[in-house]
Amino acid sequence: MTKYYLGVDLGSTTSKAVIINDQDEIIGRGITNTRANYSIAADIAKDEAIYNARFSILKKRLENEINTTPEYERYIMDLESVFQYEQFKVRLDKLGDELVKTCKAFFKDEKTQETILNHLRTIRKTFKPVIKRDYLYNNLGSKNQFFRDIVSEKYNEEVNKLDISLFEPLMTVWDKSISPAENQLIIFDFKELIHKAMDDLHEKYANPPEINDHTHVNFEDELKLLKGNFKQISESLREHIDAISDLEFEITNMTGTGYGRALLPFPQNCIRSEILCHAFGAHAVFPKTRSVLDIGGQDTKAIQVDKYGLVTSFQMNDRCAAGCGRYLGYIADEMSISLNELGPMALLAEKEVNICSTCTVFAGAELRELTNLGEKREDILGGLHKAIIMRAMSLIARSGGIFNEFTFTGGVARNPAVIKYLSQLVKENYGDDIKINIHSDSIFMGALGGAMFARRNLNLELPATKQEVAEMN
Amino acid sequence: MANPREAIKEDSMILQKEMLANLFKELGNTKETGKKVVYTFVPGNLTELILSFDMLPVYPEINALQSGMRKKSAAYIREAEKLGFSEDVCTYVKCDIGMMLNGNIGPTGESIPPPDLLLLSYTGCFTFMKWFENLERLYPGVPIAMLHTPYQEDGQITSDQVEYMVKQLKEEVIPKMEMVAGKKLDMQRLSNMMSKSAEAEDLLVKILETAKNKPSPIDAYFAGVYYIGPIFTAFRGTDEAVNYYKELYKEVEQRLKLGLGPITPEGELKEEKFRLVVEGPPNWTNFREFWKIFYDMGAVIVASSYTKVGGVYDLGFRHNPNEPLESLAKYCMGCYTNMNLPQRVNFLADYIKDYQADGFLINSIKSCNSFSAGQLMMMREIEKRMEVPVGFIESDLVDPRYFSYANIKNRLESYFQMLEQRKIIMTQEAETA
Repeated sequence: MTKYYLGVDLGSTTSKAVIINDQDEIIGRGITNTRANYSIAADIAKDEAIYNARFSILKKRLENEINTTPEYERYIMDLESVFQYEQFKVRLDKLGDELVKTCKAFFKDEKTQETILNHLRTIRKTFKPVIKRDYLYNNLGSKNQFFRDIVSEKYNEEVNKLDISLFEPLMTVWDKSISPAENQLIIFDFKELIHKAMDDLHEKYANPPEINDHTHVNFEDELKLLKGNFKQISESLREHIDAISDLEFEITNMTGTGYGRALLPFPQNCIRSEILCHAFGAHAVFPKTRSVLDIGGQDTKAIQVDKYGLVTSFQMNDRCAAGCGRYLGYIADEMSISLNELGPMALLAEKEVNICSTCTVFAGAELRELTNLGEKREDILGGLHKAIIMRAMSLIARSGGIFNEFTFTGGVARNPAVIKYLSQLVKENYGDDIKINIHSDSIFMGALGGAMFARRNLNLELPATKQEVAEMN
Repeated sequence: MANPREAIKEDSMILQKEMLANLFKELGNTKETGKKVVYTFVPGNLTELILSFDMLPVYPEINALQSGMRKKSAAYIREAEKLGFSEDVCTYVKCDIGMMLNGNIGPTGESIPPPDLLLLSYTGCFTFMKWFENLERLYPGVPIAMLHTPYQEDGQITSDQVEYMVKQLKEEVIPKMEMVAGKKLDMQRLSNMMSKSAEAEDLLVKILETAKNKPSPIDAYFAGVYYIGPIFTAFRGTDEAVNYYKELYKEVEQRLKLGLGPITPEGELKEEKFRLVVEGPPNWTNFREFWKIFYDMGAVIVASSYTKVGGVYDLGFRHNPNEPLESLAKYCMGCYTNMNLPQRVNFLADYIKDYQADGFLINSIKSCNSFSAGQLMMMREIEKRMEVPVGFIESDLVDPRYFSYANIKNRLESYFQMLEQRKIIMTQEAETA
């Protein structure tokens, strides 16, 4: 039986889980927003990684078939997206219950209560099909795909369409309901959900969308599916899908890491510092790396590793939000744009306005002042991104500098403007020969390192015994 | 946090407590006894000289650290800041000045008398000079004696430097002391005291060197700060100090014989998992919490630079009864913070080797320039030369605003896991090789 190892990285903003096999290959990834209940966040990330692993295993099993019939891959990809929608639907129902409950508890006056309840029903009816469509047709794209973000965006849109007098009561109900809804652990039946997903997919393929819809990535395979092949395809895959649904998925060992690691429902000896995990993960992907920079939500770390991927020294910024992911989040809020738009907008900068990087809150004030002085938004953003990297450069210097190869990890590594300025400043400071690695999985590096520790530490029987792991599953 | 249980104490600690209580009692009685009081600093202190005149020494930085341990420093620092001292000024200075403004009540509750003499030997720390400039303003008209200690820029103490210092002692320091004390220097008495200093110094070195054993019977940083107490302050050159070190050595030898680990406030350390060399002073406001993090992880500090601020005796220096003034000069110049950076690196690297340390850790103090300058360079050099994992944490001497338990614990946890993981992977590497 194949052995699997789990790493969970409970960060301040997102919780990540990675599952690897005994060749250190990533076979499952899961990510969710960190919430008040850390253990729920960890469980959701873990469950998602396991679902994702089942899909990877399915693809691996069908490797040969996929080569000859590429629409299989398309089908599985669509299926995974719709499968996420099925989970989403269950959560949405829970949220619905919670909204009704809050409304009833909060508005004692029957008339008000009825009005609000009516609006809640209408709102839900309006956005539910929109969200379904987004999932079915992969419209979520680069947007944040966490339940809270998706629902909250749609809810806000709907509330804003209504009379202003309804804003406060509806937002109050929302604020009081989202957390309890989000902090519930829902146990999904994979098989049941995937069958539902297959049914929903049929619906999609049977009612083809407009052909000029640009969101369709792999057009050719899509067309083949649409040409009425889908029933046949899904029938020939059903047996495999059932097999991976029934697959017993045993996690042999696990490691928890990240800021919330002490609160993870893991035994003490399964918990590792995120510094070690990020470094180990980054080194595993890029074995020549000697320096690692990790910019997370609430801290920044510059790490030096040896040839084994072991940390020899590190420097941390754990005192100041300026230079961390939160800095960007705060600025995005100040500018009323989404975090994902920030980087691309900064890339349009023609110059970098000089921004002091010592304090997040005051950077916000500086930003307003500069806007007032007529500086362009893009140029200010360029300056802000550069300011973060300047801070990181100082941290890197403190940790001992950069030698030959350098790897950038953490959620912020997804921001293209950060990458631009980092590459620029690394080369300026340490020469053009430095190889800079940024992996598409950079946000998962900590969880990957954790999973790898889980695999290695087992040999010495240091952390969890099998029984402890079994108890937790 | 739950109430900590009563701290475990060694007999020698009780003895030390009595010695200190007597000193503060004596300081409280100066009005009656007429004894003169000299304010001076620990690094490069001239305690034997002060005592030989029957004067009593007061060490402002010791008062400040005591205030820190007694959770009084925050209020004192606030007082000083109200007076205009900036956030970045050494917190020892601010704590001390705040204490003076609050009636100068010492750690035992007795008031500390004002100085009759400010004796400044500013070994390795330029803030000392500014500190006493401020004290001069607080105590207008108080005589000041200044002893300039040349920095070991070239990594050695030359005969010229010794001569220069002896000249200052003869022409500046001793005449001022004679004037304040109202009597002449008794060279024979001073020389006799030096023999006792050397005896206690021998014992201290033996005690600190027991940490070369595995497991170490002592913690040379957290417990070390208690061990250096008498010899770095008012007792060097006295019978009491010799007795204290005899008692302490007996205790430590006994633990060594039984193969026991260090005594900590939480109890004896049962299993020594990591051996560390630490650079930099400890934090005083959360001293026990800070120590407990190490205790919980099974970490023992086998050698530290901080316990050398009042004399690096393990490098061989002893006070010498045959050349009292010359040895005072050499003593001042030999203190840790008066050594240049390459010397410090060599010294720490030797510690890592001689004490078989698994790692090197720096506690960087926000408001201490004399310790912080060069620490990152030292860390990098040690990492390169000794190939041990190095760690870096940040806190402050006595300003509780700069002690973040969560941040320090997080960094230390990571650091200890670095050490642990290294052991695991290295073992695996050795097995597969």
